[in-house]
Amino acid sequence: MTERLHFEDFKAGDVAIYGPRHVTREEIIAFAAEFDPQPMHLDEAAGTASLLGGLGGSGWHSCSLLMRMICDGFILNSTSMGSPGVEEVRWLRPLRPGVNLRVRSKVLEVRTSKSRPDMGLVRLTFEMIDDSDDVLTTMTTTLMLGRRAPGAAA
Amino acid sequence: MKYFEDIRVGDVVMTGSHTFNAEEIKSFARRFDPQLFHMDEAAAAQSHFGALCASGWHTASAWMRVMIDQQRELQDATIARGEKIPMRGPALGLRDLKWLKPVYVGDTITYKSEVTELRVSNSRPGFGLLTILTTGVNQDGAAVISFYSTTFNERRSVP
Repeated sequence: MTERLHFEDFKAGDVAIYGPRHVTREEIIAFAAEFDPQPMHLDEAAGTASLLGGLGGSGWHSCSLLMRMICDGFILNSTSMGSPGVEEVRWLRPLRPGVNLRVRSKVLEVRTSKSRPDMGLVRLTFEMIDDSDDVLTTMTTTLMLGRRAPGAAA
Repeated sequence: MKYFEDIRVGDVVMTGSHTFNAEEIKSFARRFDPQLFHMDEAAAAQSHFGALCASGWHTASAWMRVMIDQQRELQDATIARGEKIPMRGPALGLRDLKWLKPVYVGDTITYKSEVTELRVSNSRPGFGLLTILTTGVNQDGAAVISFYSTTFNERRSVP
């Protein structure tokens, strides 16, 4: 097993791409039935009658899929300590059945934590894109990562 | 269920509560956020969280379910009165989503939302844009999540 990614392995300007992840109609409906049972997320006719213009997944499903793709992409192989939050999410286009998702990631900023010398903060922006490279969802967030050399100057 | 014209900045809705059990925390994590502190009690005990805790996306998605369940009851009452249901959704996005404290097994989170901004949609004249601040508080009164979200809400009349 290769050594896990630490805070020190992230640099502002780093880019990467993760995926693809195929999304089925069944999983869109299953997520909606469990967490967001609005007709536009459950049924084609209701989706067509809504502003989504067809069956489209819950925005929370898009966020959760993005999370899974970055978990598989790098977080599970890192010293992740979770996240304090998300600055912004934009749901620009609906999540459609049959789409193959990819996630483009870019590191915006890295900084050490004053209160937690064993931890560093990495601010990233993600774009979730479809087969045509159209951006469906964007997310800007900060991840907390363990440091290889706790307390050392960054 | 309200039309855009009937909503005011400062309106507060108590949405309801959800209690997180270990099975659903792990089930969500297996699918969407398989970090060990969301998946495995022993590994979580060794982590800085100290115990199994829910994915932040699970805490947020659970609000959506509680909110939709409440909306459906209001919709049924509206239909029973023979009135039309205003169209709401989808949302445009979120900002300032904060995961303030972990949500542990057995925690009951009570959610409420306050209207913070109302404006007319330029792209969709039949709709207004409703921004709400949602917060979730645990059984000890500590806030665990907060975020702003902006959603299309149908107008009764278009000038």
